[in-house]
Amino acid sequence: MKILVCITHVPDTTSKIAFTDNNTKFDVSGIQFIIGPYDDYALAKAVELKESNSGNITVLCVGEVNVEPTMRKALAIGADDAIRVNANPTDSVFVAQQIAAIAKEDQYDLILMGRESIDFNSGVVHGIVGSLLDIPSVSPVMKLEIEGETAKMTREIEGGQEFIEVQLPVIAGCQEPIAEWKIANMRGIMSARTKPLKVIEPVACDKITSTLSYEKLPAKGSVKLIPAENAEELIDLLKNEAKVL
Amino acid sequence: MSILVCIEGDEGIIKKTSIEAVYYASETGKIIGDEEVIAVALGSYDTAVLENLGNYGATKVIHVNDEKLDKSQIGVYSEIFAELVQTTSANLVIMSKSSFGDNIGGRIAGKTGASIVSNVVALPNVSSEFEVRKSIFTGKAFATVSMPEGLKILLVKRNSVEVNQTDDKAVIEQIPLPNALNFHEKITGSEKAEGDVLLDDAEIVVSGGRGLKGPENWDMIEDLAKALGAATGCSKPVSDQGWRPHHEHVGQTGVKVSPNLYIAIGISGAIQHLAGVNSSKVLVAINIDPDAPFFKAADYGIVGDAFDVVPRLTEKVKSLK
Ligand SMILES: Cc1cc2nc3c(=O)[nH]c(=O)nc-3n(C[C@H](O)[C@H](O)[C@H](O)COP(=O)(O)OP(=O)(O)OC[C@H]3O[C@@H](n4cnc5c(N)ncnc54)[C@H](O)[C@@H]3O)c2cc1C
Ligand SMILES: Nc1ncnc2c1ncn2[C@@H]1O[C@H](COP(=O)(O)O)[C@@H](O)[C@H]1O
Repeated sequence: MKILVCITHVPDTTSKIAFTDNNTKFDVSGIQFIIGPYDDYALAKAVELKESNSGNITVLCVGEVNVEPTMRKALAIGADDAIRVNANPTDSVFVAQQIAAIAKEDQYDLILMGRESIDFNSGVVHGIVGSLLDIPSVSPVMKLEIEGETAKMTREIEGGQEFIEVQLPVIAGCQEPIAEWKIANMRGIMSARTKPLKVIEPVACDKITSTLSYEKLPAKGSVKLIPAENAEELIDLLKNEAKVL
Repeated sequence: MSILVCIEGDEGIIKKTSIEAVYYASETGKIIGDEEVIAVALGSYDTAVLENLGNYGATKVIHVNDEKLDKSQIGVYSEIFAELVQTTSANLVIMSKSSFGDNIGGRIAGKTGASIVSNVVALPNVSSEFEVRKSIFTGKAFATVSMPEGLKILLVKRNSVEVNQTDDKAVIEQIPLPNALNFHEKITGSEKAEGDVLLDDAEIVVSGGRGLKGPENWDMIEDLAKALGAATGCSKPVSDQGWRPHHEHVGQTGVKVSPNLYIAIGISGAIQHLAGVNSSKVLVAINIDPDAPFFKAADYGIVGDAFDVVPRLTEKVKSLK
């Protein structure tokens, strides 16, 4: 089975977010970058599927050279080879067109992504790629089993879950508990250094969005503490002061 | 020109987020001038339900009344919407940011060559270009994004607009199920979450963390939630350990909620948890540890033992009814 896993290179979830250059650039100083947590689920699932079905895992990231350490991490966790599309990924359609171009060239049985990236939180790249390739796309997928040519999936929907069957090839936007995050072992880390990482230039994409400026969430005022002895007072405050009851 | 709104429903009931999307579309229509707001509803709905979309600014509702569409299949829904985008010559498509919008908005964008911005939190600014504000870094920041000329798709985050209502009714146009649809996905079943109030739609959420010690103590959370008419949520370790179902897990890797009131009980306030709640209007933390990070994010707090405080709050709420 040929699996493509699309990963993002994003700030660690504990990062403090700040901007520079008059709020037009993300401040990377002191930021630890990681594989997007949802993409990490996708990768872990790919590794599990490879273990039980054999096959090949290609990891793909649209990003500039600074994303390569993150891609090596994915190779250490279990991907066999990597493709980097050399571009700054600023727009969902742009990213999707890059992924689709690669997937058209090289046919994959399964394309696994995260349900969303944790920097831009769009959650749309899988759908765009799906329609560009004219294959089904399903997200967020909590459970995925492959039986022959059929993918059986559990998809989370607002207020419940849904069980879906589709024929391969398919794109899935993954989320927990699809698989347990994997940690690279020493052998993986060593072998990752020599696994192939191909760099290609992006395909052209005209109509794209551009980010004009950023803004941090306004700082919160300080908390109003109610002594535990008078806990009931909280309810009065919520009713009369905050007016949310 | 027209604005198309993709409606999301469940068993004939239109989701609150879709009503917000209709209202967002009609307000946007006023900003860009003279736009018809067309809502598209797929599957079985009562006529009255659809007419009432007029209350929120829809001028027309296109309804494909076919049982085959009662479950929202991503592929087929996207095909129908994309087709209608062309036939109505829409220049803007609006829907909610949800597991429906993510999938369907993305596919429509791929099919029609539209540009797309997801997680939009405010009405567009069109004074120079078409600019929208979106939430990024899981609620920790915002970006102002400009969109190119041509068809645009916006996925609107819940609670981004305050909806006003009129008595206007929408005109309904029934159209048949298009031929040659590809029903690729087979939905073989579904399961509903338990509880009276859904986490996603809730105005109030009562959430419990590891501080509650075990699943046997959740009655306390449920009692308070019930008294408040709230949904219940939890932290990740709580669902990881199977104390609560996975879909209740709030945060970076779980549900992102934006209710009027979020009450966190025995939750430390890890940054990944806060990422899922930071767009709530009012945050309350109840924690035995005065140094719990949640107090830095909260509007109101009680430093105390949940097992003492929570039942008393429940009694107090009941006494107000
Ligand atoms: C990539 C990544 C993603 C993550 N995503 C999420 C996510 O989406 N959601 C999420 O929740 N977490 C997430 N986490 C985990 C997160 O870092 C924390 O570990 C988690 O939120 C802690 O849960 P908790 O507050 O319930 O437990 P704890 O941190 O153990 O806190 C329990 C709290 O209960 C208090 N307490 C104890 N006894 C009482 C009592 N009797 N009365 C009142 N208070 C009491 C304690 O003082 C403490 O503050 C993620 C982590 C990572 C690395
Ligand atoms: N720059 C990128 N390179 C590779 N894959 C990406 C990139 N951006 C997004 N994706 C994939 O698309 C998913 C959804 O991203 P998004 O639509 O940005 O929230 C992510 O979880 C990734 O799997």
